[in-house]
Amino acid sequence: MNPLTKKILLAGLGVSLLAALGFAIARSGPLAPIKVTVAKVERGEVVPALFGIGTIEAQRAYLIGPTVAGRVLRVLVDVGAPVKAGQLLAEMDPVDLDQRVASLDASLAKARSAVAVAEAQKQDAASKRELAAINARRYVDLGTQKFVSQSVVDSRLQEEKSAQAGIDAAEAALAGARQDLGRLEQDRNGVREQRANVRLLAPADGVVTAREAEPGSTVVAGQAVLRLVDPASLWARVRFDQGRSNGLDVGLPAQIVRRSNPQAPLSGKVARIELVSDAVTEERIAQVAFDVTSNAPPKALSIGELVEVTLNLPAAANSPILPNASLRRLGSQNGGQNGEQTGVWVVEGEQLRFAAIKSGVSGLDGRVQVLDGVQAGATVVVYSERNLTADSRFKVVPSLAGKRP
Amino acid sequence: MISLAGRDILHGWAKFVFTGIGLGLLIGVTLSMAGVYRGMVDDAKALLDNSGADLWVVQKDTLGPYAESSSLRDDIYRDLLGMPGVARAANVTYLSMQVRQGNTDIRAMVVGVTTGQPGEPGEPGYLVAGRQMTHDHYEAVADVKTGFALGEVIRIRRHDYTVVGLTRRMVSSGGDPMVFVSLKDGQEAQFLKDNEAILNDRARTAANPALNRPGVPGLLDAIQASQASNHNVNAVLVRVAAGHDPEMVAREIRRWQHLQAYTRTQMEEILVSKLILTSAKQIGMFLVILAIVSAAIVAFIIYTMTLGKIREIAVLKLIGTRDRTIAGMILQQALGLGLIGFSVGKIAATLWVPIFPKYVLLTPEDTLRGFVAVMLICALASTLAIHAALKVDPADAIGG
Repeated sequence: MNPLTKKILLAGLGVSLLAALGFAIARSGPLAPIKVTVAKVERGEVVPALFGIGTIEAQRAYLIGPTVAGRVLRVLVDVGAPVKAGQLLAEMDPVDLDQRVASLDASLAKARSAVAVAEAQKQDAASKRELAAINARRYVDLGTQKFVSQSVVDSRLQEEKSAQAGIDAAEAALAGARQDLGRLEQDRNGVREQRANVRLLAPADGVVTAREAEPGSTVVAGQAVLRLVDPASLWARVRFDQGRSNGLDVGLPAQIVRRSNPQAPLSGKVARIELVSDAVTEERIAQVAFDVTSNAPPKALSIGELVEVTLNLPAAANSPILPNASLRRLGSQNGGQNGEQTGVWVVEGEQLRFAAIKSGVSGLDGRVQVLDGVQAGATVVVYSERNLTADSRFKVVPSLAGKRP
Repeated sequence: MISLAGRDILHGWAKFVFTGIGLGLLIGVTLSMAGVYRGMVDDAKALLDNSGADLWVVQKDTLGPYAESSSLRDDIYRDLLGMPGVARAANVTYLSMQVRQGNTDIRAMVVGVTTGQPGEPGEPGYLVAGRQMTHDHYEAVADVKTGFALGEVIRIRRHDYTVVGLTRRMVSSGGDPMVFVSLKDGQEAQFLKDNEAILNDRARTAANPALNRPGVPGLLDAIQASQASNHNVNAVLVRVAAGHDPEMVAREIRRWQHLQAYTRTQMEEILVSKLILTSAKQIGMFLVILAIVSAAIVAFIIYTMTLGKIREIAVLKLIGTRDRTIAGMILQQALGLGLIGFSVGKIAATLWVPIFPKYVLLTPEDTLRGFVAVMLICALASTLAIHAALKVDPADAIGG
């Protein structure tokens, strides 16, 4: 190799080394331009939607238990059993109620006898009065013809009145006996009602969901022996974040995704919105009923299962739309003059300009309606490698991800 | 006038270039080590930047939420919003955990943030792909370092979260990548026990006769429900309204809310001078040793290079070359070597930095400082060689 080529070669090597150094310093580290991706603002419709999670609950659930404290005698149904309205489900120990019914039955028989006695006494009194009346008439006649003295006539008349009083007494005794009978009958009916009350009956058609007491256990008044739900009344109790519950309304169509089967969402409707929202968790509560035509038979639903509910609201008016990843905050510490602002970085040639925007509704897909601040057709920064400032150097690339670290 | 140094380099150019490259790799290691230290500090600062807060409000008498654990009720932010000078306040939870990814798991920091309004404190400020969270539950924005791609599913505790967005440089103070979830999910992830533990707790409560009284139906259910809910967060991120001094607002919060509030400066102090202090010292120590070793090696290389051509120098002296010319030649060679070494080192460091698992930051200031140091070390090292060269007896050229 002659010295000249060697010299040129070495010079080339040095120049390329310096070039590589310059490139390394300028293209990596803090001095490098920030890679960004951009998008054109388009017009379109944002379909706002609400998303909440909840659990499946029964609208109608029943606690079946005694009204007085007592011991469970028998429980006839088990968890999962379908029951009909009026069906005997369980029975409490009646203790002495049967004996009290028998005792009252005996008292009733005795009272009936007492009524019979009183009736007989009344007849006796009536016959005595009849005789007294005949005697009295006869002596009054004899008295007018002066065959008997007036004192004898008076005596007969007094006898007649006495007999009449005897009838009144007998009638009163009869009424008393009848009232006694009536009272005892009511007593017996009352005890029978109590007896019937220890039989726990199904108030409606449903399915047994819990069997909380077994025969022999003592329960207090109001404590449940069995729990029933009406499987036809299952709905989802859904919680929506207050901050994102705008537009929540009765009748909104809902898509319900169950945890057990996320591939087959069910359709439903908002059935009720509770007036009181949860102040602690900052959530609103709504009940979403399943559509009757929904292809899920009630048995596929389980109470307490987690569901994710999406409510689609009516689409917002046609307006410029931005992806939510393009929204940035410009705080006072990085260049905002009047407090913090929310906006986008608009690309104008080789310059960046921060445009504060007023955003409207946003969809679950991350698209945000723009009310003011940026027009359709503007080019905005969507993704960036680092936080941008107005004098950042930047380089537009098609995409930033996909490049694994 | 001909350049003696250039001539000499041309004469043994391969040796010179390869020595320079070898030296360069050593300088590259030194630069990277400085970068590792800068990266650690920058990780801590990135954590503060990314949280987008002016004040960190934490439990009283703690250094939370990064250096110590802190627990607050989640409705405290409402009290804070009512204080003068507070523009925004948002709850946040932090939880370092292993996040399952396929068959392996990666260390990540799960951050529960208030979502909804763009630019809430705590929310990632910028993305590199996907979108911000729009659902209240079961969505996640992950840092690209976690290795997750858009649409993939992260399992945290018992729930699956879909990755809807990717971020970059969202790391904890330890450099673990972050996974953002909504606040409610974050609270749940932090305090939710596994099913066995829950059943166990229920059984324990039920076995306690004081809590499971036969005459009071519903008491047990109420107690168990209260045990299962959680309304705690780790910190409240506060943004101060324009025109207010963060320190004044912090003082008010400390005084009236019985909470601890840290400003950005105090937080940086906690992170940089408390949390990463020992690791930083460790790296700094290593950096010092590496710099000394590099300097020694440069000195020895130049010295041996000079000794290698001692005969030629003797010839130069014999033909009457001045000492200054010889010294200039050695100095120029040393500086050339340093230049090549520095360039190669900088390029090498730039190339291998991205494959480091944790962030390595090569700052221009460090590069400049490194350049000056390399040149200085080369110049100093050449004095040793110059001294040796000047001591050579011209007679050696013919003797020996």
